[in-house]
Amino acid sequence: MVQEKIIAMLAEATDTDASEITAETKFSDLGIDSLDMTEMAMDLEDEFDITLEMSPELNTVGKLTEAVEALVAEA
Amino acid sequence: MSFKIIGTGMYVPSRAVTNDDLAQIVETNDEWITKRVGIKERRISETEFTSDLGAKAAQAALDNCGCKAEDIDLILAASVSGETSSPSMACMIQNKLGATCPAMEVSAACSAFLFLLETAAAYFALRSNYKKILVVGCERMSGVLDWSDRGTCVIFGDGAGAAVLERGEGYLDAVINVKGGDDVIKIPHGIGCSPFFKGEIESPYIHMQGQETFQYAVTSLCDDVNTLLERNGLTMDDIAYIVPHQANKRIVDFARKRLRMPEEKMFCNIEKYGNTSSASVPIALDELAKSGKLNRGDKIILCAFGGGLADAACLIEW
Repeated sequence: MVQEKIIAMLAEATDTDASEITAETKFSDLGIDSLDMTEMAMDLEDEFDITLEMSPELNTVGKLTEAVEALVAEA
Repeated sequence: MSFKIIGTGMYVPSRAVTNDDLAQIVETNDEWITKRVGIKERRISETEFTSDLGAKAAQAALDNCGCKAEDIDLILAASVSGETSSPSMACMIQNKLGATCPAMEVSAACSAFLFLLETAAAYFALRSNYKKILVVGCERMSGVLDWSDRGTCVIFGDGAGAAVLERGEGYLDAVINVKGGDDVIKIPHGIGCSPFFKGEIESPYIHMQGQETFQYAVTSLCDDVNTLLERNGLTMDDIAYIVPHQANKRIVDFARKRLRMPEEKMFCNIEKYGNTSSASVPIALDELAKSGKLNRGDKIILCAFGGGLADAACLIEW
């Protein structure tokens, strides 16, 4: 569910077909910049009622999904 | 008893610096700046100092409502980029206008114009003999920029905005917040050359953490606007315009999306002037007022956020 949400956000923000985005997709490959990442983090915080610390290590869809899922499980 | 705004004015230097001009100075380009911050050009002073800009905007506001300098009971000004710490920009503007009333500065960086309005409201409540107060935000941001840092030098511009306030009932409510700290935005200064000082000396330019600033700006803008709406039993349908601090087009757009506001209700002119800190709200207000889109009785919200960290919003009946 988290991954589908992230992919849907990315597809909309970058005008990319959702089917082309996978867990391995790097944000840099989609032309996402740091402010796009901040916008996505804030939307994810609202969506899942979490506090998300973005970091350079969270550079793929899969890694961000794991981080969000871990926070949702903690909540 | 508070005040109503009876006159507005602005002044910007004549030299327009485009994104292509900046690409000659730092490694950047028009597409990057436009996409990242939504600015096409900014005005940069070649000969005028901050108080010159402030005095010209103040004179424009006085002319706009047919007032003279001697009609003003108090001048409140704000700047983070004044040519002097003392005299304050308020004192310099008083001198250049030929006014004789008290004049003082209120410091709250990009939110300062909202703090000036709140201070003016307090003075109107305190001093029953005060009839008119002049408020001015003036900045020569080009003087506090590191022109080798492409992350900040493309964002800011020079300019000034002012308003004449008259005792009345137009200032309906306000929210002001401060979360003090220098880790997100700061402009170090006053370092001097003391032979005794052993602390770390930082360059006297704007230092800003982009992502943290973005998150703070969007969150505070939305929270402050929602607080005003809830506290006054209003919805977005009751508001004719929101005039936000022109910090970054993406901040304004993202906040508007989260507030579920139609684009036409969020006034934006950042593409022409960049971020002029304390001058941005009064410049935007003046352009909106002169556009003829505002009608007497319209409710508008002014809101700002910035260094401090300080954020504020107010509800005004035009």
